[in-house]
Amino acid sequence: MKKIAGLLVAGLVLAAGVWAQGALLINGAGATFPYPIYSKWFDEYHKLHEAIQINYQSVGSGAGIKQVTEGTVDFGASDGPMNDEQLKAFQDKHGFAILHFPTVLGAAVPTYNIPGVTAALNFTPEALAGIFLGRVTKWNDAAIAGANKGVSLPANDIVVVHRSDGSGTTYIWTDYLAKVSEDWKNKVGKGTSVNWPVGLGGKGNEGVTGLIKQTPNSIGYVELIYAAQNNIAYGSVKNSSGNFVKADLAGVSAAASGSVKDMPEDFRVSITNAPGKTAYPISSFTWLLVPSKFSDAGKRDATKDFLKWMMADGQSYAEQLSYAKLPKEVVAKEIKAIDGIQ
Amino acid sequence: MATTTTVPGASPISGSRSLLSRLREGDEIARLITFLFAASVVVVTLLLVFELWQGSALPRHKFGFNFFVTRVWDPIFDQFGALPFIYGTLVTAGVALFLAVPLGIGAAIFLAELAPARVSDTLEFFIDLLAAVPSVIYGLLGVFIVVPLMREYIQPGLKNSLGFLPFFTGPAYGLGFLTAGIVLAIMVIPYIISVSREVLLSVPRDQREAALSLGSTRWEATWKVVVPFARTGIMGSIFLALARSLGETMAVTMVIGNTPTISASLFSPGDSIASVIANQFTEATGDLYLQSLIELGLVLFLLTFILNGLARLLIVATSQRGSGMGQA
Repeated sequence: MKKIAGLLVAGLVLAAGVWAQGALLINGAGATFPYPIYSKWFDEYHKLHEAIQINYQSVGSGAGIKQVTEGTVDFGASDGPMNDEQLKAFQDKHGFAILHFPTVLGAAVPTYNIPGVTAALNFTPEALAGIFLGRVTKWNDAAIAGANKGVSLPANDIVVVHRSDGSGTTYIWTDYLAKVSEDWKNKVGKGTSVNWPVGLGGKGNEGVTGLIKQTPNSIGYVELIYAAQNNIAYGSVKNSSGNFVKADLAGVSAAASGSVKDMPEDFRVSITNAPGKTAYPISSFTWLLVPSKFSDAGKRDATKDFLKWMMADGQSYAEQLSYAKLPKEVVAKEIKAIDGIQ
Repeated sequence: MATTTTVPGASPISGSRSLLSRLREGDEIARLITFLFAASVVVVTLLLVFELWQGSALPRHKFGFNFFVTRVWDPIFDQFGALPFIYGTLVTAGVALFLAVPLGIGAAIFLAELAPARVSDTLEFFIDLLAAVPSVIYGLLGVFIVVPLMREYIQPGLKNSLGFLPFFTGPAYGLGFLTAGIVLAIMVIPYIISVSREVLLSVPRDQREAALSLGSTRWEATWKVVVPFARTGIMGSIFLALARSLGETMAVTMVIGNTPTISASLFSPGDSIASVIANQFTEATGDLYLQSLIELGLVLFLLTFILNGLARLLIVATSQRGSGMGQA
């Protein structure tokens, strides 16, 4: 017992010592979707710069925006860009703006379970919007069958599955549906959780996947990373050039490249249904939310240095963790923006 | 501090001795400390209500009473109503009690009155174990065992036999009010058994012996004398089960389907207050959205409060009537 207590005390002393040595602590909070790569980055960066320690809590995009606005963390992270109202709230409180920095890309993919159908299905935007609006109710509906010639689809009722928890994946999915369907935009809209017209809710990617696996004739959506890591079969989606694209990292990056031309200065851009022959249409950036002014020069320099490292060396960690890398054009643009942090 | 020193003055025993000597003997210190412990319960409750009330100012002003009767929950268009969640909470708890009360009390009667002591004690060990299983485990049990059973056998079976009732209509997803109710019932049965058994065992021996000596059978003594004697305690076990059902979050979320619907059919997917808070709180952007979730917390608090109050009234009412009947 005494030994353990001694060890504990030694550990505490050691920890306090490290802390007292003046390691610069930077705190962030926000989205859960990019958490695996963020923790990898912060870890790697700390190895390179012993004196800088970046902590990140994956509490969700909403909480990330809230905390950075309240000033309880140094930076936030979100899967959906902050809206104008939220930007104004930050500006009003602090007297300067908050900046968005895209870090990596993610995507949502349609996954389904139809007994007897093993072929990968093709989905048109009309079919997806119709299914999730509750208008396309049978698997052999012309909207689905038209894009899947040669697959014999049953006349069974479609069971729609969606996320029940607020989620960046839902944001991407509904952002896409709102872009391709006027009805979706007006009746449901886009957000991390919405008022779903039909369907069952599952908690988390694993909840949605579990429901789909168990429920015959069901369809839902999960994160591309989750589908890839768990070998979940998913369908192709027709992009704005008319090609059916099965999501992969290259297709997601292509969507980002395709939208570079229209990239606004503040990087708050949706890249769903982006132009480009190989672009996967249900893709999105995820953002770090960084104040444009720091009162602490040490924190400012460290944050700027980290952001630049993330744009260069950091990106090489993306693909091994199944995230799509930022295209070069976006990186160049972001480097410029990083220099603007005061 | 001033108030706490005046309180002991009321006690006639300690009145004659000086405060110092009373302090030295420890009585006053013990009294003060335990008083503070007891008061902390009240303080925590009040703080909780205050916090929920403060935190839900926006939706309270914007929606007023409509919050309770609106069926729409739409974070995008800022429309928030609690009705489907209140409905789901009450229906799942109702189904759970409907199933758990007869089973639980029946089992408790067997264990306390009819089973050999050895069997009773062994089973009690397992029941206490069940009561301590984390709810997420019950959720997994629900997802992997109850849901497929419901979809493949129970729901089609109910539909074929009792499908003429509005409760058993619609597509069989496996998830929904009924499934959530069944999983909740499994969770609360151990509470009912455990508490009821203790209460039944504490019924004085002479009650039983008197009944037996008057010529009643063993079952008659149990059912007509022992159970009525223990009624208040058994009711207590049911209220414990009710409270647990109303507030259960994880297991319900995993099997209820998470769709805010109001439907007479128990096959329909639904949602409960605790489950929607757990699902949406972390990603709730916008003050109105967040505060509406907090108001849902307030509603759940009120619901529990009201049901508990009604339960107390029920105890009072039945114990008066019960004693009258016992004499008849």
